Amino acid sequence: MTKYYSKKIMEHFMNPKNLGKLNNADGIGTTENLRCGDAMKIYIKVEKGKIKGIKFETLGCGHAIAISDMICELAKGKKIDEAKQIKFETVVKEAGEVPKPKLHCVSLAEVALQSAIKDYEEKRKS
Amino acid sequence: MKGIYLDHAATTPISKAVLDEMMPYLKGSYGNASSIHALGQTSREAIDESRERVARFLNCLPSEIVFTGSATESDNIAILGIADFFLKQGKRIHIITSKIEHPAVLNTCEVLDKRGVEVDYCNVGKDGVIDVSDIEKLIKENTVLVSIMYANNEIGTIQPIIEIGKLIQRINQTREQKICFHTDAVQAVNYLSCDVKELGVDFLTLSAHKIYGPKGVGVLYTKQGTQIEPIVYGGHQEAKLRPGTENTANIVGLGRAIEDISTHKHSTDVMEQLRDKLMDGILNEIKHSRLNGSIDHRLPNNINVSFDGAEGEALVIALDQKGIATSTGSACSSGSLDPSHVLLALGLSHVQAHGSLRMTLGRQTTEKDIDKVLDVLTKIVKKLRTISGYKKSLASERSE
Repeated sequence: MTKYYSKKIMEHFMNPKNLGKLNNADGIGTTENLRCGDAMKIYIKVEKGKIKGIKFETLGCGHAIAISDMICELAKGKKIDEAKQIKFETVVKEAGEVPKPKLHCVSLAEVALQSAIKDYEEKRKS
Repeated sequence: MKGIYLDHAATTPISKAVLDEMMPYLKGSYGNASSIHALGQTSREAIDESRERVARFLNCLPSEIVFTGSATESDNIAILGIADFFLKQGKRIHIITSKIEHPAVLNTCEVLDKRGVEVDYCNVGKDGVIDVSDIEKLIKENTVLVSIMYANNEIGTIQPIIEIGKLIQRINQTREQKICFHTDAVQAVNYLSCDVKELGVDFLTLSAHKIYGPKGVGVLYTKQGTQIEPIVYGGHQEAKLRPGTENTANIVGLGRAIEDISTHKHSTDVMEQLRDKLMDGILNEIKHSRLNGSIDHRLPNNINVSFDGAEGEALVIALDQKGIATSTGSACSSGSLDPSHVLLALGLSHVQAHGSLRMTLGRQTTEKDIDKVLDVLTKIVKKLRTISGYKKSLASERSE
């Protein structure tokens, strides 16, 4: 185990549970940071106001992949209003230790999730 | 599980022969080489012998060898020392380097840049090789130094040092203000001729730990009669260019390591064949992969490839989980989110540069290692492409 990658991050990186695409997703959130080369996409399926399904696709380092998976775990089964509260701090707390240069991965994941929720709400309105 | 080490450009294991020669100076023979008693003189003799070994390798005088604490230090002494010589006279000077230098050179030149020295950073071609005529175009009346690396640490491309040396010698014939030529030869030493007369250099940097020697010792070849000021002050050691009590054991280790290079020359061909096997395997078997840097002007142990849809640091960490040590030009662990300045200088996009993987072979690398790495790497790229959703877009691309 490298010091730079904690056990928890390593586990989510090597065995992500929420990997892939969701067909007929109710909301899709995409975000990318061209400087660091990371790109994230989060798909959500909503039933009765709850996130019933959530998947991600991420191009990025081990942290970016692990944190994408982690934020999916956090949002899974949550009511939309609860999921809206999943922010940067929530994910950092869940991850335990994120090295400073990797904090931008957390920001990316937050934006991806919140964009997916926003996309869902906008589609619902129209 | 025995690991496979493919990061020899970062550092090499210390060879047994080197360690054996160092041990007496770590254990019993602790004398200060400046002391005139027998214990001190034993150290002095050992250092002098090492100096002669290095001088033979570089085809220069022993008195032209300066032992330093690292290659970074050697680069700093050369660049700052030459600049200081002229700056103290109040002269406005100009320095030429390249965009793909090691940070030890690049950041030192940037410091001078901020202090008001004119610095030009020569471009490289898409193949990562400098065009000598580009250097010629940059030379001005007040140019005092050209510093160009011999071989690049990331992509292994070999620069035309002999040609640049000839150019500078030709220009210097009719010039009052002579131009000094420095090369950082750290990555080249194992594989290429470092005869300083052949290269036409005034200063040359090398490091022990890239040639199966110890960490913490380097060399700066300083041609007799060159104008340079010290950047550190103290005692008389190392012609006052690198004062401080000599690290006898490390210097002895360096001497042995450099002498052993010629005895390992034959293994370079084998290494190149193994490198080619791995490189061809990757480029043929993994679609949407590309080699970074020239194939023809390249160190025999270096592979640097980029994969679409897979990020470099993720590749390195996943390979490490399988016991394979490699490197990437991506890693934001270095503090900046930007990928390698070398890959960007080749014209790669940020995303392409972030997808890079460097593998550098060494004396111990076997064909079995290569087969294993190819197998594991193919699977890891496939997995990371699934994670990034790249596989599907590839499929759709084919059906279009």
